[in-house]
Amino acid sequence: MKILLCISNVPDTTTKIRFKDDNKEFDASGVQWIINPWDELALTRALELKEGSGGKIEKISVALVGDKSTEPTIRKALAIGADDAFRIDSEPKDSYYVANQLKELAKDFDIVMCGIESADYTSSAVGGMLSEMLEWPSVSSVSSLEIEGDEVKIRREIDGGQEVVSAELPFVAIVQKGIALEPRIPAMRGIMMARKKPLNVVEPIQADVLTAYESFELPPPKADVKLVDEENVKELVELLKNEAKAI
Amino acid sequence: MSVLAYTENWDGKFKKLSYELVSYAKAIAENLNTETVVASIGAVEEEELKKLGNYGADKVVAAKDEKLKNLANQPYAKTLAQIAEKENATVLVFAHNFTGKAVAPRVSVKLKAGLAAGVTEPPSSYDPFIIKRKVFTNKAFANVKINSDKKILTLFQNSFEIKETENKASIEEFTPELTDADFRTEVKEVNKVTGKILLTDAEIVVSGGRGMKGPEKWENLEKLAEVLGAATACSRPVSDEGWRPHEEHVGQTGKIVAPNLYIALGISGAIQHLGGVSSSKTIVAINTDKDAPIFESADYGIVGDVHKVLPQLIEAIKEVKAEG
Repeated sequence: MKILLCISNVPDTTTKIRFKDDNKEFDASGVQWIINPWDELALTRALELKEGSGGKIEKISVALVGDKSTEPTIRKALAIGADDAFRIDSEPKDSYYVANQLKELAKDFDIVMCGIESADYTSSAVGGMLSEMLEWPSVSSVSSLEIEGDEVKIRREIDGGQEVVSAELPFVAIVQKGIALEPRIPAMRGIMMARKKPLNVVEPIQADVLTAYESFELPPPKADVKLVDEENVKELVELLKNEAKAI
Repeated sequence: MSVLAYTENWDGKFKKLSYELVSYAKAIAENLNTETVVASIGAVEEEELKKLGNYGADKVVAAKDEKLKNLANQPYAKTLAQIAEKENATVLVFAHNFTGKAVAPRVSVKLKAGLAAGVTEPPSSYDPFIIKRKVFTNKAFANVKINSDKKILTLFQNSFEIKETENKASIEEFTPELTDADFRTEVKEVNKVTGKILLTDAEIVVSGGRGMKGPEKWENLEKLAEVLGAATACSRPVSDEGWRPHEEHVGQTGKIVAPNLYIALGISGAIQHLGGVSSSKTIVAINTDKDAPIFESADYGIVGDVHKVLPQLIEAIKEVKAEG
Protein backbone atom coordinates (compact mmCIF):
# COMPACT_ATOMS: atom_id res chain seq x y z
CA MET A 1 0.00 0.00 0.00
CA LYS A 2 1.24 3.49 -0.82
CA ILE A 3 0.20 6.84 0.64
CA LEU A 4 0.62 10.22 -1.04
CA LEU A 5 0.65 13.42 0.98
CA CYS A 6 -0.21 16.59 -0.91
CA ILE A 7 1.54 19.42 0.87
CA SER A 8 1.68 23.20 0.52
CA ASN A 9 4.42 25.65 1.28
CA VAL A 10 2.79 28.45 3.35
CA PRO A 11 3.86 31.44 5.46
CA ASP A 12 4.49 30.63 9.11
CA THR A 13 1.24 30.98 11.10
CA THR A 14 2.62 33.94 13.07
CA THR A 15 3.22 35.96 9.87
CA LYS A 16 1.81 39.44 9.80
CA ILE A 17 0.12 39.52 6.42
CA ARG A 18 1.14 42.41 4.12
CA PHE A 19 0.63 43.16 0.45
CA LYS A 20 2.68 45.08 -2.10
CA ASP A 21 2.39 46.61 -5.59
CA ASP A 22 -0.77 48.52 -4.82
CA ASN A 23 -2.24 45.51 -2.95
CA LYS A 24 -1.92 43.31 -6.01
CA GLU A 25 0.49 40.83 -4.52
CA PHE A 26 1.39 39.14 -1.23
CA ASP A 27 4.52 40.65 0.29
CA ALA A 28 6.75 37.66 0.96
CA SER A 29 9.72 39.67 2.26
CA GLY A 30 10.92 38.37 5.60
CA VAL A 31 8.37 35.54 5.60
CA GLN A 32 9.32 32.16 7.08
CA TRP A 33 7.91 29.30 5.01
CA ILE A 34 6.60 26.12 6.56
CA ILE A 35 4.72 22.94 5.70
CA ASN A 36 1.02 23.80 5.88
CA PRO A 37 0.06 22.83 9.47
CA TRP A 38 -2.74 20.40 8.52
CA ASP A 39 -0.49 18.72 5.93
CA GLU A 40 2.20 18.30 8.56
CA LEU A 41 -0.27 16.58 10.90
CA ALA A 42 -1.42 14.36 8.01
CA LEU A 43 2.19 13.40 7.27
CA THR A 44 2.72 12.56 10.92
CA ARG A 45 -0.33 10.29 10.91
CA ALA A 46 0.75 8.61 7.65
CA LEU A 47 4.13 7.80 9.20
CA GLU A 48 2.48 6.39 12.33
CA LEU A 49 0.31 4.17 10.12
CA LYS A 50 3.32 2.98 8.13
CA GLU A 51 5.29 2.15 11.27
CA GLY A 52 2.40 0.17 12.69
CA SER A 53 1.57 -1.65 9.45
CA GLY A 54 4.21 -4.39 9.64
CA GLY A 55 5.46 -3.59 6.16
CA LYS A 56 2.02 -3.44 4.58
CA ILE A 57 2.40 0.27 3.87
CA GLU A 58 5.54 0.27 1.79
CA LYS A 59 5.92 3.93 0.91
CA ILE A 60 4.95 7.46 1.94
CA SER A 61 5.49 10.08 -0.74
CA VAL A 62 4.91 13.82 -0.68
CA ALA A 63 3.89 16.02 -3.59
CA LEU A 64 3.96 19.80 -3.88
CA VAL A 65 3.15 22.18 -6.72
CA GLY A 66 5.65 25.02 -6.54
CA ASP A 67 8.88 26.52 -7.83
CA LYS A 68 12.40 25.72 -6.65
CA SER A 69 12.07 28.03 -3.64
CA THR A 70 9.73 25.49 -2.02
CA GLU A 71 12.41 22.80 -1.80
CA PRO A 72 13.42 23.47 1.83
CA THR A 73 9.81 22.70 2.82
CA ILE A 74 9.91 19.48 0.80
CA ARG A 75 13.25 18.52 2.38
CA LYS A 76 11.68 19.08 5.77
CA ALA A 77 8.89 16.62 4.91
CA LEU A 78 11.57 14.12 3.89
CA ALA A 79 13.44 14.78 7.13
CA ILE A 80 10.27 14.12 9.12
CA GLY A 81 10.14 10.72 7.45
CA ALA A 82 8.57 10.67 3.97
CA ASP A 83 10.39 8.25 1.65
CA ASP A 84 10.46 10.34 -1.49
CA ALA A 85 9.04 13.55 -2.95
CA PHE A 86 7.69 15.04 -6.14
CA ARG A 87 7.82 18.73 -6.95
CA ILE A 88 5.66 19.78 -9.85
CA ASP A 89 7.58 22.71 -11.19
CA SER A 90 4.96 25.43 -11.50
CA GLU A 91 3.32 28.27 -9.63
CA PRO A 92 0.21 26.94 -7.82
CA LYS A 93 -2.08 29.11 -9.98
CA ASP A 94 -5.43 28.12 -8.50
CA SER A 95 -7.02 25.09 -6.80
CA TYR A 96 -8.33 23.67 -10.08
CA TYR A 97 -4.92 23.95 -11.70
CA VAL A 98 -3.13 22.44 -8.68
CA ALA A 99 -5.55 19.49 -8.45
CA ASN A 100 -4.97 18.80 -12.16
CA GLN A 101 -1.20 18.77 -11.61
CA LEU A 102 -1.52 16.27 -8.75
CA LYS A 103 -3.94 13.99 -10.56
CA GLU A 104 -1.48 11.97 -12.70
CA LEU A 105 0.82 11.36 -9.79
CA ALA A 106 -1.98 10.42 -7.38
CA LYS A 107 -3.26 7.58 -9.60
CA ASP A 108 -0.45 5.29 -8.43
CA PHE A 109 -1.40 5.53 -4.75
CA ASP A 110 -3.98 3.84 -2.53
CA ILE A 111 -4.59 6.69 -0.12
CA VAL A 112 -4.10 10.36 -0.87
CA MET A 113 -4.10 12.71 2.10
CA CYS A 114 -4.61 16.47 1.89
CA GLY A 115 -4.96 19.09 4.62
CA ILE A 116 -8.44 20.61 4.95
CA GLU A 117 -7.11 23.98 3.84
CA SER A 118 -3.86 25.76 3.14
CA ALA A 119 -2.97 28.61 5.44
CA ASP A 120 -2.42 31.01 2.52
CA TYR A 121 -5.30 30.97 0.04
CA THR A 122 -7.56 28.85 2.30
CA SER A 123 -9.99 27.57 -0.35
CA SER A 124 -10.39 24.08 1.17
CA ALA A 125 -10.66 22.88 -2.40
CA VAL A 126 -7.68 20.90 -3.72
CA GLY A 127 -8.49 17.62 -1.93
CA GLY A 128 -12.11 17.60 -3.08
CA MET A 129 -11.25 18.62 -6.64
CA LEU A 130 -8.52 16.00 -6.87
CA SER A 131 -10.86 13.22 -5.71
CA GLU A 132 -13.44 14.22 -8.31
CA MET A 133 -10.84 14.31 -11.09
CA LEU A 134 -9.71 10.81 -10.06
CA GLU A 135 -13.34 9.70 -9.65
CA TRP A 136 -12.41 8.42 -6.21
CA PRO A 137 -14.46 8.74 -3.05
CA SER A 138 -13.36 11.40 -0.60
CA VAL A 139 -13.90 11.74 3.11
CA SER A 140 -13.46 15.23 4.47
CA SER A 141 -12.87 16.85 7.89
CA VAL A 142 -11.16 13.62 9.00
CA SER A 143 -10.01 13.71 12.61
CA SER A 144 -8.80 10.11 12.95
CA LEU A 145 -7.82 7.40 10.51
CA GLU A 146 -7.07 3.73 11.23
CA ILE A 147 -6.36 0.87 8.86
CA GLU A 148 -7.82 -2.48 9.93
CA GLY A 149 -7.06 -5.19 7.40
CA ASP A 150 -8.34 -3.90 4.07
CA GLU A 151 -10.78 -1.51 5.64
CA VAL A 152 -10.08 2.08 6.50
CA LYS A 153 -11.91 3.37 9.54
CA ILE A 154 -12.31 7.10 9.74
CA ARG A 155 -13.74 9.49 12.26
CA ARG A 156 -14.90 12.74 10.75
CA GLU A 157 -16.50 15.89 12.03
CA ILE A 158 -19.82 16.95 10.53
CA ASP A 159 -21.85 20.09 11.16
CA GLY A 160 -23.41 19.10 14.44
CA GLY A 161 -21.49 16.01 15.45
CA GLN A 162 -19.17 13.23 14.40
CA GLU A 163 -19.40 10.20 12.18
CA VAL A 164 -17.51 6.95 11.87
CA VAL A 165 -17.07 6.17 8.19
CA SER A 166 -15.48 3.25 6.39
CA ALA A 167 -13.95 3.74 2.97
CA GLU A 168 -12.83 1.48 0.15
CA LEU A 169 -9.41 1.99 -1.38
CA PRO A 170 -8.38 4.03 -3.22
CA PHE A 171 -9.70 7.22 -1.69
CA VAL A 172 -8.81 10.76 -0.69
CA ALA A 173 -8.72 11.73 2.99
CA ILE A 174 -9.06 15.46 3.65
CA VAL A 175 -7.79 15.88 7.17
CA GLN A 176 -8.13 18.41 9.95
CA LYS A 177 -7.03 18.87 13.53
CA GLY A 178 -7.01 15.74 15.65
CA ILE A 179 -5.57 13.45 12.95
CA ALA A 180 -2.30 13.44 14.90
CA LEU A 181 -1.64 14.99 18.27
CA GLU A 182 1.56 16.90 17.52
CA PRO A 183 3.44 17.28 14.27
CA ARG A 184 6.65 15.27 14.25
CA ILE A 185 9.87 17.25 14.48
CA PRO A 186 12.74 16.09 12.27
CA ALA A 187 15.64 14.49 14.15
CA MET A 188 19.27 15.07 13.15
CA ARG A 189 19.44 11.62 11.57
CA GLY A 190 16.30 12.40 9.56
CA ILE A 191 17.79 15.66 8.34
CA MET A 192 20.96 13.88 7.21
CA MET A 193 18.99 11.13 5.47
CA ALA A 194 16.66 13.61 3.77
CA ARG A 195 19.55 14.89 1.67
CA LYS A 196 19.86 11.51 0.01
CA LYS A 197 16.16 10.81 -0.51
CA PRO A 198 14.79 11.30 -4.04
CA LEU A 199 13.21 14.67 -4.79
CA ASN A 200 11.81 14.26 -8.28
CA VAL A 201 11.08 17.38 -10.29
CA VAL A 202 8.12 16.90 -12.61
CA GLU A 203 7.16 19.17 -15.52
CA PRO A 204 3.65 20.64 -15.16
CA ILE A 205 0.89 19.54 -17.51
CA GLN A 206 -1.28 21.92 -19.49
CA ALA A 207 -4.32 22.73 -17.32
CA ASP A 208 -6.94 25.45 -17.10
CA VAL A 209 -6.91 28.18 -14.49
CA LEU A 210 -10.45 29.23 -13.56
CA THR A 211 -9.82 32.04 -11.09
CA ALA A 212 -7.39 34.95 -10.68
CA TYR A 213 -6.63 37.35 -7.84
CA GLU A 214 -7.36 40.96 -8.74
CA SER A 215 -6.30 42.57 -5.45
CA PHE A 216 -6.06 42.07 -1.69
CA GLU A 217 -7.30 44.01 1.34
CA LEU A 218 -6.58 43.97 5.03
CA PRO A 219 -9.48 44.26 7.47
CA PRO A 220 -10.15 47.85 8.59
CA PRO A 221 -8.26 48.83 11.76
CA LYS A 222 -10.16 48.29 14.97
CA ALA A 223 -11.11 51.17 17.31
CA ASP A 224 -9.42 51.21 20.71
CA VAL A 225 -10.75 48.86 23.35
CA LYS A 226 -13.06 50.36 25.98
CA LEU A 227 -11.77 49.24 29.34
CA VAL A 228 -14.08 48.81 32.30
CA ASP A 229 -12.83 48.59 35.88
CA GLU A 230 -12.84 45.10 37.36
CA GLU A 231 -14.87 46.43 40.30
CA ASN A 232 -17.55 47.65 37.93
CA VAL A 233 -18.59 44.61 35.90
CA LYS A 234 -22.14 45.88 35.70
CA GLU A 235 -21.00 48.72 33.47
CA LEU A 236 -19.63 46.18 30.97
CA VAL A 237 -22.97 44.40 30.85
CA GLU A 238 -24.78 47.69 30.25
CA LEU A 239 -22.41 48.59 27.41
CA LEU A 240 -22.99 45.18 25.86
CA LYS A 241 -26.72 45.63 26.14
CA ASN A 242 -27.21 49.27 25.18
CA GLU A 243 -24.21 50.16 23.04
CA ALA A 244 -23.12 46.93 21.32
CA LYS A 245 -26.63 45.45 21.43
CA ALA A 246 -24.93 42.10 21.78
CA ILE A 247 -26.98 40.62 24.63
CA MET B 1 -30.75 30.38 -16.12
CA SER B 2 -30.84 30.32 -12.32
CA VAL B 3 -28.91 30.79 -9.11
CA LEU B 4 -28.81 27.53 -7.15
CA ALA B 5 -28.25 27.33 -3.40
CA TYR B 6 -27.68 24.04 -1.62
CA THR B 7 -28.68 23.74 2.01
CA GLU B 8 -28.28 20.67 4.15
CA ASN B 9 -30.88 19.85 6.79
CA TRP B 10 -30.46 18.78 10.38
CA ASP B 11 -32.82 15.87 11.12
CA GLY B 12 -35.23 17.20 8.52
CA LYS B 13 -35.08 20.83 9.66
CA PHE B 14 -33.43 23.90 8.22
CA LYS B 15 -31.80 26.55 10.34
CA LYS B 16 -30.59 30.13 10.25
CA LEU B 17 -27.64 29.19 8.08
CA SER B 18 -30.03 27.79 5.44
CA TYR B 19 -32.05 31.00 5.34
CA GLU B 20 -28.89 33.08 5.15
CA LEU B 21 -27.80 31.07 2.10
CA VAL B 22 -31.16 31.44 0.40
CA SER B 23 -31.27 35.21 1.09
CA TYR B 24 -27.77 35.51 -0.35
CA ALA B 25 -28.63 33.48 -3.47
CA LYS B 26 -31.74 35.62 -3.92
CA ALA B 27 -29.67 38.83 -3.82
CA ILE B 28 -27.47 37.49 -6.62
CA ALA B 29 -30.45 36.21 -8.62
CA GLU B 30 -32.08 39.64 -8.45
CA ASN B 31 -28.96 41.19 -9.90
CA LEU B 32 -28.86 38.63 -12.68
CA ASN B 33 -32.59 38.98 -13.18
CA THR B 34 -33.15 35.27 -12.78
CA GLU B 35 -34.71 32.60 -10.55
CA THR B 36 -33.56 31.41 -7.14
CA VAL B 37 -33.60 27.63 -6.87
CA VAL B 38 -32.72 25.72 -3.70
CA ALA B 39 -31.53 22.12 -3.71
CA SER B 40 -32.25 19.88 -0.74
CA ILE B 41 -30.99 16.33 -0.19
CA GLY B 42 -32.55 13.89 2.26
CA ALA B 43 -35.89 13.50 3.99
CA VAL B 44 -37.45 16.93 4.58
CA GLU B 45 -41.22 17.46 4.94
CA GLU B 46 -42.98 19.63 2.40
CA GLU B 47 -43.92 22.21 5.06
CA GLU B 48 -40.26 22.69 5.92
CA LEU B 49 -39.23 22.91 2.25
CA LYS B 50 -41.87 25.59 1.69
CA LYS B 51 -40.30 27.76 4.40
CA LEU B 52 -37.38 28.38 2.04
CA GLY B 53 -39.79 30.43 -0.07
CA ASN B 54 -40.07 32.93 2.77
CA TYR B 55 -36.44 33.85 2.16
CA GLY B 56 -36.56 34.13 -1.60
CA ALA B 57 -36.62 30.63 -3.10
CA ASP B 58 -38.77 30.44 -6.25
CA LYS B 59 -38.36 26.71 -6.49
CA VAL B 60 -37.09 23.94 -4.23
CA VAL B 61 -35.70 20.79 -5.82
CA ALA B 62 -35.70 17.96 -3.30
CA ALA B 63 -33.75 14.73 -3.77
CA LYS B 64 -35.14 12.25 -1.27
CA ASP B 65 -33.26 9.07 -2.18
CA GLU B 66 -32.96 6.89 0.96
CA LYS B 67 -29.33 6.12 0.09
CA LEU B 68 -28.53 9.81 0.48
CA LYS B 69 -29.51 9.86 4.14
CA ASN B 70 -25.96 10.56 5.33
CA LEU B 71 -23.50 12.94 3.74
CA ALA B 72 -21.32 11.13 1.21
CA ASN B 73 -19.19 13.50 -0.83
CA GLN B 74 -19.27 11.69 -4.17
CA PRO B 75 -23.01 10.96 -4.65
CA TYR B 76 -23.99 14.30 -3.11
CA ALA B 77 -21.77 16.14 -5.59
CA LYS B 78 -23.19 14.09 -8.45
CA THR B 79 -26.78 14.81 -7.37
CA LEU B 80 -26.11 18.53 -7.06
CA ALA B 81 -24.34 18.72 -10.41
CA GLN B 82 -27.36 17.01 -12.01
CA ILE B 83 -29.74 19.50 -10.39
CA ALA B 84 -27.50 22.39 -11.47
CA GLU B 85 -27.57 21.17 -15.06
CA LYS B 86 -31.31 20.62 -15.06
CA GLU B 87 -31.90 24.11 -13.65
CA ASN B 88 -29.28 25.66 -15.91
CA ALA B 89 -27.62 27.23 -12.87
CA THR B 90 -24.87 29.73 -13.59
CA VAL B 91 -24.05 30.57 -9.98
CA LEU B 92 -24.06 27.93 -7.22
CA VAL B 93 -23.99 28.86 -3.55
CA PHE B 94 -22.88 26.57 -0.69
CA ALA B 95 -22.19 27.20 2.99
CA HIS B 96 -18.51 27.48 3.92
CA ASN B 97 -18.94 24.72 6.50
CA PHE B 98 -17.89 21.06 6.63
CA THR B 99 -20.61 20.03 4.19
CA GLY B 100 -19.95 22.86 1.74
CA LYS B 101 -16.20 22.23 1.83
CA ALA B 102 -16.83 18.51 1.25
CA VAL B 103 -19.10 18.90 -1.74
CA ALA B 104 -18.48 22.25 -3.51
CA PRO B 105 -14.97 21.40 -4.84
CA ARG B 106 -16.28 18.17 -6.36
CA VAL B 107 -19.18 19.97 -8.03
CA SER B 108 -16.70 22.56 -9.26
CA VAL B 109 -14.83 19.87 -11.22
CA LYS B 110 -18.04 18.30 -12.54
CA LEU B 111 -19.30 21.61 -13.93
CA LYS B 112 -15.86 23.10 -14.60
CA ALA B 113 -17.00 26.04 -12.51
CA GLY B 114 -14.43 28.29 -10.84
CA LEU B 115 -14.69 28.26 -7.04
CA ALA B 116 -14.47 31.24 -4.69
CA ALA B 117 -14.45 29.91 -1.12
CA GLY B 118 -15.37 31.84 2.00
CA VAL B 119 -17.08 34.79 0.31
CA THR B 120 -18.58 37.45 2.58
CA GLU B 121 -20.75 39.56 0.27
CA PRO B 122 -22.38 39.47 -3.18
CA PRO B 123 -20.09 40.02 -6.19
CA SER B 124 -18.77 43.55 -6.60
CA SER B 125 -19.02 43.10 -10.36
CA TYR B 126 -20.86 40.54 -12.51
CA ASP B 127 -19.08 41.02 -15.82
CA PRO B 128 -16.28 40.34 -15.16
CA PHE B 129 -17.37 38.33 -12.12
CA ILE B 130 -15.39 39.65 -9.14
CA ILE B 131 -16.06 38.73 -5.54
CA LYS B 132 -14.47 39.31 -2.14
CA ARG B 133 -13.35 36.29 -0.15
CA LYS B 134 -11.36 35.56 2.98
CA VAL B 135 -7.73 34.51 2.61
CA PHE B 136 -4.75 33.85 4.89
CA THR B 137 -6.97 32.13 7.47
CA ASN B 138 -9.19 35.11 8.05
CA LYS B 139 -6.37 37.66 8.28
CA ALA B 140 -7.07 39.32 4.91
CA PHE B 141 -9.48 39.52 1.97
CA ALA B 142 -8.91 38.95 -1.72
CA ASN B 143 -10.94 40.17 -4.67
CA VAL B 144 -11.01 37.17 -6.94
CA LYS B 145 -12.12 37.02 -10.54
CA ILE B 146 -13.87 33.87 -11.75
CA ASN B 147 -13.28 33.31 -15.47
CA SER B 148 -15.43 30.26 -16.12
CA ASP B 149 -19.05 30.49 -17.35
CA LYS B 150 -20.35 28.80 -14.20
CA LYS B 151 -19.35 29.96 -10.75
CA ILE B 152 -19.38 28.33 -7.33
CA LEU B 153 -19.33 30.32 -4.09
CA THR B 154 -19.12 29.13 -0.50
CA LEU B 155 -20.59 31.72 1.87
CA PHE B 156 -18.84 32.46 5.15
CA GLN B 157 -21.25 32.09 8.07
CA ASN B 158 -23.01 35.14 9.57
CA SER B 159 -21.88 37.41 6.77
CA PHE B 160 -25.17 38.12 5.01
CA GLU B 161 -28.35 39.43 6.55
CA ILE B 162 -31.41 37.21 6.31
CA LYS B 163 -34.24 38.86 4.37
CA GLU B 164 -37.83 37.69 4.51
CA THR B 165 -39.78 37.88 1.25
CA GLU B 166 -43.31 37.25 0.06
CA ASN B 167 -42.16 34.47 -2.26
CA LYS B 168 -44.02 31.20 -2.59
CA ALA B 169 -41.71 28.35 -3.53
CA SER B 170 -42.83 25.52 -5.78
CA ILE B 171 -41.63 22.11 -4.66
CA GLU B 172 -40.27 19.57 -7.09
CA GLU B 173 -39.03 16.07 -6.35
CA PHE B 174 -35.87 14.95 -8.04
CA THR B 175 -34.50 11.46 -8.56
CA PRO B 176 -30.76 11.58 -9.16
CA GLU B 177 -29.08 9.09 -11.46
CA LEU B 178 -26.66 7.25 -9.22
CA THR B 179 -24.92 3.88 -9.38
CA ASP B 180 -23.37 1.60 -6.74
CA ALA B 181 -19.96 2.90 -7.76
CA ASP B 182 -20.94 6.27 -6.28
CA PHE B 183 -21.28 4.76 -2.82
CA ARG B 184 -17.82 3.62 -1.84
CA THR B 185 -17.86 5.06 1.66
CA GLU B 186 -20.25 3.94 4.34
CA VAL B 187 -21.35 5.75 7.49
CA LYS B 188 -21.14 3.25 10.35
CA GLU B 189 -22.02 5.48 13.26
CA VAL B 190 -23.41 8.97 13.75
CA ASN B 191 -22.88 10.86 16.99
CA LYS B 192 -24.88 14.06 17.01
CA VAL B 193 -24.25 16.70 19.59
CA THR B 194 -27.47 17.08 21.55
CA GLY B 195 -28.61 19.55 24.17
CA LYS B 196 -25.72 21.88 23.43
CA ILE B 197 -25.44 24.96 21.29
CA LEU B 198 -23.14 24.27 18.38
CA LEU B 199 -20.08 26.45 18.16
CA THR B 200 -20.64 27.24 14.51
CA ASP B 201 -24.33 28.16 15.05
CA ALA B 202 -23.90 30.22 18.19
CA GLU B 203 -24.79 33.92 18.37
CA ILE B 204 -22.61 34.16 21.48
CA VAL B 205 -19.41 32.24 22.20
CA VAL B 206 -17.71 32.08 25.60
CA SER B 207 -14.13 30.96 25.27
CA GLY B 208 -11.41 30.09 27.79
CA GLY B 209 -7.64 30.17 27.55
CA ARG B 210 -4.69 29.18 29.67
CA GLY B 211 -5.54 32.01 32.05
CA MET B 212 -8.42 29.84 33.28
CA LYS B 213 -5.65 27.95 35.13
CA GLY B 214 -6.92 24.40 34.79
CA PRO B 215 -9.61 22.07 33.44
CA GLU B 216 -11.35 21.92 36.81
CA LYS B 217 -11.97 25.67 36.70
CA TRP B 218 -14.46 25.70 33.84
CA GLU B 219 -17.62 25.68 35.95
CA ASN B 220 -18.21 29.45 35.93
CA LEU B 221 -17.39 29.69 32.24
CA GLU B 222 -20.06 27.10 31.54
CA LYS B 223 -22.47 28.89 33.82
CA LEU B 224 -21.89 32.13 31.92
CA ALA B 225 -22.50 30.30 28.64
CA GLU B 226 -25.73 28.90 30.03
CA VAL B 227 -26.99 32.29 31.19
CA LEU B 228 -26.21 33.81 27.79
CA GLY B 229 -27.38 30.85 25.71
CA ALA B 230 -23.86 30.66 24.35
CA ALA B 231 -21.59 27.93 23.01
CA THR B 232 -18.31 27.19 24.78
CA ALA B 233 -14.93 27.32 23.09
CA CYS B 234 -11.25 27.39 23.96
CA SER B 235 -7.82 28.44 22.72
CA ARG B 236 -5.31 26.08 21.20
CA PRO B 237 -3.09 25.52 24.29
CA VAL B 238 -6.19 24.52 26.23
CA SER B 239 -7.19 21.86 23.68
CA ASP B 240 -3.56 20.74 23.24
CA GLU B 241 -3.28 20.23 27.02
CA GLY B 242 -6.45 18.15 26.87
CA TRP B 243 -8.34 20.50 29.20
CA ARG B 244 -11.12 20.71 26.63
CA PRO B 245 -12.01 18.60 23.53
CA HIS B 246 -10.39 19.71 20.27
CA GLU B 247 -13.81 20.38 18.73
CA GLU B 248 -13.90 23.45 20.98
CA HIS B 249 -10.63 24.88 19.68
CA VAL B 250 -11.16 28.15 17.84
CA GLY B 251 -8.33 29.76 15.93
CA GLN B 252 -6.38 29.41 12.74
CA THR B 253 -5.94 25.63 12.88
CA GLY B 254 -9.21 24.98 14.72
CA LYS B 255 -12.62 26.45 13.99
CA ILE B 256 -13.19 29.89 12.60
CA VAL B 257 -16.18 31.54 14.24
CA ALA B 258 -18.08 34.75 13.60
CA PRO B 259 -20.67 35.19 16.36
CA ASN B 260 -22.35 38.43 17.39
CA LEU B 261 -20.46 38.33 20.67
CA TYR B 262 -17.19 36.58 21.51
CA ILE B 263 -16.09 36.60 25.14
CA ALA B 264 -12.40 35.69 25.63
CA LEU B 265 -11.57 34.66 29.18
CA GLY B 266 -7.92 34.34 30.09
CA ILE B 267 -6.90 34.27 26.43
CA SER B 268 -3.80 36.31 25.57
CA GLY B 269 -4.69 36.51 21.88
CA ALA B 270 -1.91 34.95 19.82
CA ILE B 271 -2.15 35.98 16.17
CA GLN B 272 -3.36 32.46 15.28
CA HIS B 273 -6.21 32.77 17.78
CA LEU B 274 -7.24 36.21 16.53
CA GLY B 275 -7.38 34.86 12.98
CA GLY B 276 -10.15 32.52 14.09
CA VAL B 277 -12.29 35.05 15.94
CA SER B 278 -11.68 38.46 14.37
CA SER B 279 -14.89 38.29 12.31
CA SER B 280 -16.97 38.37 15.49
CA LYS B 281 -19.13 41.50 15.67
CA THR B 282 -18.23 42.35 19.27
CA ILE B 283 -15.26 40.99 21.20
CA VAL B 284 -14.93 41.18 24.99
CA ALA B 285 -11.64 40.29 26.67
CA ILE B 286 -10.97 39.61 30.33
CA ASN B 287 -7.32 39.08 31.16
CA THR B 288 -4.91 39.93 33.99
CA ASP B 289 -2.24 41.19 31.57
CA LYS B 290 -3.10 44.68 30.35
CA ASP B 291 -0.56 44.31 27.52
CA ALA B 292 -2.07 41.07 26.18
CA PRO B 293 -2.60 41.36 22.39
CA ILE B 294 -6.25 40.33 22.78
CA PHE B 295 -7.00 43.89 23.98
CA GLU B 296 -5.93 45.26 20.58
CA SER B 297 -8.67 43.25 18.91
CA ALA B 298 -11.29 43.60 21.62
CA ASP B 299 -14.11 46.16 21.70
CA TYR B 300 -14.54 45.95 25.46
CA GLY B 301 -12.24 44.67 28.13
CA ILE B 302 -11.57 44.21 31.80
CA VAL B 303 -8.03 43.96 33.12
CA GLY B 304 -8.47 41.52 35.97
CA ASP B 305 -8.61 37.93 37.14
CA VAL B 306 -11.27 35.96 35.28
CA HIS B 307 -12.17 33.97 38.35
CA LYS B 308 -12.93 37.16 40.28
CA VAL B 309 -14.80 38.80 37.41
CA LEU B 310 -16.85 35.77 36.27
CA PRO B 311 -19.22 35.44 39.26
CA GLN B 312 -19.99 39.17 39.09
CA LEU B 313 -20.49 39.00 35.34
CA ILE B 314 -22.92 36.09 35.67
CA GLU B 315 -24.95 37.97 38.30
CA ALA B 316 -24.99 41.21 36.31
CA ILE B 317 -26.19 39.41 33.18
CA LYS B 318 -28.88 37.60 35.16
CA GLU B 319 -30.11 40.99 36.42
CA VAL B 320 -30.18 42.51 32.94
CA LYS B 321 -31.99 39.45 31.59
CA ALA B 322 -34.53 39.64 34.42
CA GLU B 323 -35.27 43.29 33.56
CA GLY B 324 -35.96 42.11 30.00
